[in-house]
Amino acid sequence: MDLTLTPQLAAFRDEVRAFLADHAGAHEGGAPKDPKAWQALLIDAGYAARTIPKAYGGYGAEPDILKGRIIGEEFIAAGAPRGMSGQGIAMLVPTLLEVGSEEQKTRWIGPTLRGEIIWCQGYSEPGAGSDLANLQTKAVEDGDDFLISGSKIWTSTAAQAQMMFCLVRTEPQAAKHEGISYILFPMSTPGIDVRPLKTMTGSAEFNEVFFTDVRVPKANVVGGRGRGWFVANTTLKHERGMLGDPNATEARLKALIELMTRETVDGQRIIDNPVFRDRLMQLQARVFSMKFNGLRTLTDDTAGLARMVVKLQGCELNHQVAALAIDALGELGILYHDGPHLRAKGNWQRNYMFDLGLIIGGGTAQIQKNIISERGLGMPREPKTVAA
Amino acid sequence: MRFALSEDQTMLQDSLNRALADLSPLERVRRFADRDECSAPDIWAGLAELGLPGLMIAEEHGGLGLGLVEAMLAAEALGRVVAPTPFLGSAVLAPLALALGGSAEQQAHWLPKLASGEATAGVAISEPIAGAREGAGVIASDGRLTGKALFALDASGADLLIVADRTGGLHLAQSAGSAEPMPSLDATRRIAELTFKDTPAEPLASNQALGRLRDAAWVMLAADTLGAAQTMLDRAVAYAKERKQFGRTIGSFQAVKHLCAEMAAELEPARALVWYAAYAFDHAPDEAPLMAAHAKAHLSEIGRFVARTSTEVHGGIGMTDLLGLHYWFKRIGQNRQLLGGPERVREIAARLQGLAA
Repeated sequence: MDLTLTPQLAAFRDEVRAFLADHAGAHEGGAPKDPKAWQALLIDAGYAARTIPKAYGGYGAEPDILKGRIIGEEFIAAGAPRGMSGQGIAMLVPTLLEVGSEEQKTRWIGPTLRGEIIWCQGYSEPGAGSDLANLQTKAVEDGDDFLISGSKIWTSTAAQAQMMFCLVRTEPQAAKHEGISYILFPMSTPGIDVRPLKTMTGSAEFNEVFFTDVRVPKANVVGGRGRGWFVANTTLKHERGMLGDPNATEARLKALIELMTRETVDGQRIIDNPVFRDRLMQLQARVFSMKFNGLRTLTDDTAGLARMVVKLQGCELNHQVAALAIDALGELGILYHDGPHLRAKGNWQRNYMFDLGLIIGGGTAQIQKNIISERGLGMPREPKTVAA
Repeated sequence: MRFALSEDQTMLQDSLNRALADLSPLERVRRFADRDECSAPDIWAGLAELGLPGLMIAEEHGGLGLGLVEAMLAAEALGRVVAPTPFLGSAVLAPLALALGGSAEQQAHWLPKLASGEATAGVAISEPIAGAREGAGVIASDGRLTGKALFALDASGADLLIVADRTGGLHLAQSAGSAEPMPSLDATRRIAELTFKDTPAEPLASNQALGRLRDAAWVMLAADTLGAAQTMLDRAVAYAKERKQFGRTIGSFQAVKHLCAEMAAELEPARALVWYAAYAFDHAPDEAPLMAAHAKAHLSEIGRFVARTSTEVHGGIGMTDLLGLHYWFKRIGQNRQLLGGPERVREIAARLQGLAA
């Protein structure tokens, strides 16, 4: 255990702080005034797309998890927005770097990083959720192209996206996991129909996407025909890392403490109610646990199990933080949409509902428990009940 | 920066686990628990060969001069095998009290004896930390102690006692007027009721000492629970891989394997919290009290969950004396209550941040 920063890392921290102080005017209320300009500035300074090679439009630094962590901490402390995220940057780019062809990397990574191309992910289907490999959207050969038919669900940003990375069945004769390909195509291709999927939050965070004979060149397959399942798994690894991020939870706990010290009932602060205070302390212990667990996963070779529990525990914790905020608000906690009494623009309520979706999405809590018990604890798999 | 055990720390942990497997197997623990022995000198002597009694005592006094991170690893190893030892009182809290508030003479007299394991120390600090039950509390006046101290740790048969009076001042006494065992849930460690009546005692200097003792004790109890809970998880997993019902090992049923996954998911991040709390005690004193409080309270909750869930995974056999799993269950239960239950400790955690009056 040695948690002191080396002089180099301490100097790096100072550098990040100086940068953030110099550019404090470029953002407001946690959002950049000009998102594309902010993104370009961050890439140029090495605070976004940090480890992506220069040739593909990144900053080109060696991977250094501790520097990455320092950047994360300092941006949160300064209330500064991070670089653009979204499924293109968080999931497609790392996947292309790992398995994409040279042509694919050169063509797609740069514009994606600069925010010129927004991507959506076509994975889940109505009949293929937890059992993703059961997906049925088919891609039939037609000369140099595939003709894609079927449908996808839970597709975020499908309405804004210019491109989709999608899993389709190209080899119907092959075994379930071996007949899938990972393919890229423009959302403007004829035959694509996007329908918004409104959730309990009242917004359409997701969409359904329907395909009728959508023509896509075979050259758009990433990682080889029939290799899509393995390509997708590199992507899911990145998604799960993103979903349990302890930095985000810590920021929310900070906001919850502010809420509880500011709000009053009958002139008494919420924090002065011992029941709420006790619940807050229980959650704070969990937030610290996840924070230190996160530090450990970055630097400890023996942290395999610690890494596996992040998605399950992190998403649950976020949900509980939002739940306590709503309870602490009492009757104010039922207000939503707008109105003079609404607190935090209804974000606690929205998070409480949306976080439940994150407990389910990206591998449900139950799938996570299968992974932890089978891969982490070496327990036997559930016997197959139906032939695949 | 590295949030991981060093090579030396991993070696210490491994050698302790190996030694304890021989020194403190279940049959030995059972003998200690059944016979109401007040100490297990064979185990302590075996651990003395590894330097455990002097782990935190300065090298000039014959110890290893290590910190609370190493003591935390030792506490975890002892909790893993529910070892009956006076480690907390004799090797952690008394040496700490002497180092913080003892005179040069007191240190020179006691620390070498504690380091070699030749003498052991008990610690009675419950009242000013967990709160005084009716009639309890010690009053100090003119070098003499009067009153009762409950829940004294490792005090039976001890050669010296560290006693906190009602105001939090610490005293060194060679014996109490009387030391009555308090039969408790966990038979793997002894606690006692000490009665003082004009008993001579030497005051220890330093008004910060009790706070440091409290923080160290909380981290140690959390680490002991971490070790005990890890064993309960390991045993549940092993049992579920072996036991067959309906023609399948029960570990292949999601109803069972998910219980195991939940235990692991709770325990693994809690480990990082205990590590950090010990690290903060050694290197980040400003954060140490809050982290110690959170470690104590959180491991109390996680420990209770693992203790009941592991027992449940074992089914009926988990309840039996024959299996002996109950020693771990009770050890975790006792750690939860000792020196303040989680509600009290969380209230202190809030106070430390200015969130409670």
